[in-house]
Amino acid sequence: MGTPLSSRTATLVVAALLVAAGCSSPAATSPAAGGAGTLVVATAGEPDTLNPVLNYGVDGGSLIFDGLVARDGRNRPVPALARELPTVSPDGRTVTATLREGVRFHDGSPLTAQDVVFTYQAVLDPKVDSTLRSDLDVLASVAAPDPSTVVFRLKYAYAPFLQRLTLGIVPARALAGQDINQAGFNRRPVGTGPYRVTSWTPGDRLVLAANEAYWGGRPANSGVVVAFVADDNVRAQRMRAGEFDAAELAPKLASGFDRQAGYRVERVPTADYRGVMLPMGNPVTGDVAVRRALTAAVDRQAMVTGVLGGAGEPAFGPIPPSSEFAAPSTTGTATADPATATATLDAAGWRPGPDGIRVRDGRPAAFTLMYPATDSLRKELALAVTADAKKIGIRITPEGLTWDAITPRMRTDALVMGYGTPYDPDFVSYKLFGSAFAGQGFFNPGSYRSPVVDKALQDGRDNADPAARRAAYAIFQQQLATDVPWVFLTYLQHTYVVRDTVAGVTPRVEPHEHDVANSLWWNIHTWTKTS
Amino acid sequence: MTATAATSSRRRRRLAGAGAVVRRRLMVAVPVLAATSVGMFVLGAASPIDPAQQYAGAAAFTTSEENLAQIRANWGVDDPLPVQYARWVGNLLRGDLGWSTSRHEPVTDVLAARAGWTLLLVGAALALVLAASLLLGTLAAYRRGGWFDRTLRAGAYAVQSMPVFWLGLAAIAVFALALGWLPAGGLTDVTATGTHPADVARHLVLPVTVLAVSQAPWFVLFVRDTVAESLRDDHVLAARARGLPGRTVLFGHALRTALLPFLTLVGTHLPELVGGAVLVETVFSLPGLGAVTVQAALGGDFPLLAATTLATTVVVLTANLLTDLAYAAADPRVRLDD
Repeated sequence: MGTPLSSRTATLVVAALLVAAGCSSPAATSPAAGGAGTLVVATAGEPDTLNPVLNYGVDGGSLIFDGLVARDGRNRPVPALARELPTVSPDGRTVTATLREGVRFHDGSPLTAQDVVFTYQAVLDPKVDSTLRSDLDVLASVAAPDPSTVVFRLKYAYAPFLQRLTLGIVPARALAGQDINQAGFNRRPVGTGPYRVTSWTPGDRLVLAANEAYWGGRPANSGVVVAFVADDNVRAQRMRAGEFDAAELAPKLASGFDRQAGYRVERVPTADYRGVMLPMGNPVTGDVAVRRALTAAVDRQAMVTGVLGGAGEPAFGPIPPSSEFAAPSTTGTATADPATATATLDAAGWRPGPDGIRVRDGRPAAFTLMYPATDSLRKELALAVTADAKKIGIRITPEGLTWDAITPRMRTDALVMGYGTPYDPDFVSYKLFGSAFAGQGFFNPGSYRSPVVDKALQDGRDNADPAARRAAYAIFQQQLATDVPWVFLTYLQHTYVVRDTVAGVTPRVEPHEHDVANSLWWNIHTWTKTS
Repeated sequence: MTATAATSSRRRRRLAGAGAVVRRRLMVAVPVLAATSVGMFVLGAASPIDPAQQYAGAAAFTTSEENLAQIRANWGVDDPLPVQYARWVGNLLRGDLGWSTSRHEPVTDVLAARAGWTLLLVGAALALVLAASLLLGTLAAYRRGGWFDRTLRAGAYAVQSMPVFWLGLAAIAVFALALGWLPAGGLTDVTATGTHPADVARHLVLPVTVLAVSQAPWFVLFVRDTVAESLRDDHVLAARARGLPGRTVLFGHALRTALLPFLTLVGTHLPELVGGAVLVETVFSLPGLGAVTVQAALGGDFPLLAATTLATTVVVLTANLLTDLAYAAADPRVRLDD
């Protein structure tokens, strides 16, 4: 059914109501941005706040802020607001940074060591609702002996500490004495980065204008608009309508642009893995033979092709192949190996029962596999694992639940989980596999305990020497491959569609989280557009 | 001249009791709102969702339990229920709606920035659907069984079976992608430097039309049936027998009788229109209240949820009151003062 009103009449009606409603605009009307040289990118994830203290863009690439340290195209630390990479004392417990000279915030005020101290102290302040405190639990104090020097004191030697210095620095003057949780700064922040915020209309878009006085050189374009479009299909349609220069899209939707003239598809490797966490508290998954059989039985290649639409790669451990700490020796076969799986189960005494499900001491080889019901990717992976396990006589009952239903059951029921970071292997793995964190919420929910892994993770943290760290993480990965506390399935790829007119795109390995910060456009200040 | 004066004075007398009705309704509204807010609180407390974990998002996986407990303590969400409720009511009376944990800003700011767009969308769609359904329904009733009536009814049944988000995507595919007439979403052009009324209006054409079309079947079919029925009423037949022109009979007599039950339908359908607005806002990426309400519910964000629920309750109560007043104005048999 159509309405007889022409679209022009409808426009008039809407315009009349708009005037009548006296709608105030949430976006401040201001000049700048707009026009030629402005790049428009679209993404699903919208940050809740633009304050680094409250977890915005903490791993760098935040466009608005800089840390003392940044990451280059291969995720290696490079100096940013620090003049050179900060130095670490021989005991590993004092880290000293010297600030770059002449850096100014967007409001023109100079950057001093006090701003750095303020930023880190704000994170540590219990009154501030920052989840970053958990990541910085190593930090004892931070001080500024002079305006261009910052000294961090650590509770213990912590090799990857430099990687934590990517946190964006906020100006102390703009926030001092305020309730940081509710400060207006969180919506209209002031940083030192390549772009300053012109306006942010939550749910709609973030408008950024080039910071002409950027210490790293004036941006190659005049501004960036980040459009927030939650729905994948809508984003694809608007990309096709020509509204965006680049957009993040689900792999299958992105493939639709492969053959379309004027667009190209970027498939960016990530450190974002998906796997099955097998709890030690379950009598079936607690048996190492079952776990080894499962990791041999799953067809990772089929999952990459079928479930991920090709946008991924097989995963065999928590350290991505792109990391310098990856141990290639722990890489298994990408396709299923049912012969090894059944031999392992036979040797451990799991014999096929009358219904094809294996049994040992009267106990069937069966367990429940939980997944978050709203995550269709994890659901499909759960179903794929279930099908592969059935072929070797293990019965899995997949169960889609909400997180609050999943959490209390993680000690005894398997779960499709995902995380991963491309930065330091210590970041996630220390808590995910360390026995000290067994059973603590999401940290080591399956209560995996291995003295070998504990020692390797501790060595990786204590040793500053890269070679010693590589050796420690090789042992760690080897032991995980032996004990199989998780069946790692796949690493995802993030897929983006980019217009051919855009130049300068240089993807780097991405973490799980990517929205305004840390996406394909991590270095958008060097991108250019020809029209 | 005298006849007009007499009519207007009759109408004034009919609305004489309006003030009393408004006062009476206000007295009822207070306990209703109190009961709604208590219900919201109890439901919120029974919800297993941990707002701190929702607040942390993906960082929940790297955040220690101690860290989360500290955040919960800052918010006071672990306090006993009566304490939380008393605090909330106290703040409400001072005009402070609280802090939205899922949006990270004061609830009043969320409402101020977004409620206007939702009201605009719903208001424009309501105006469009009323005008269109009255016109189309009446015409269909006049030529009952004709090709226009049959097409309209078939169309109405077809639209009724289409989910509103599907209609939205289809409209984008046709009018934005294939024809290129209208933008596919957003409130303004992505590179616009402000919100100019013309730009916003152009962006609202599709969402308003989609929302109106999705709600239209009920209204159109209702108007068609009631007008068709009243065309057989004695007073309409009498008017026709007196030789009044067809248009006068149709719109002045038949439609007027049918208007009364239609007002009731509008009143009861308003919540559904708001529900449809939530989906339309999502499909067209509009920064209205819809998306944040869903986010608040999923994130255990009680202050925001309570505010939007109370606001919706107020809108529905107001709509009911207006319906009753309109009834009194339209129907001489209804008197407010008894």
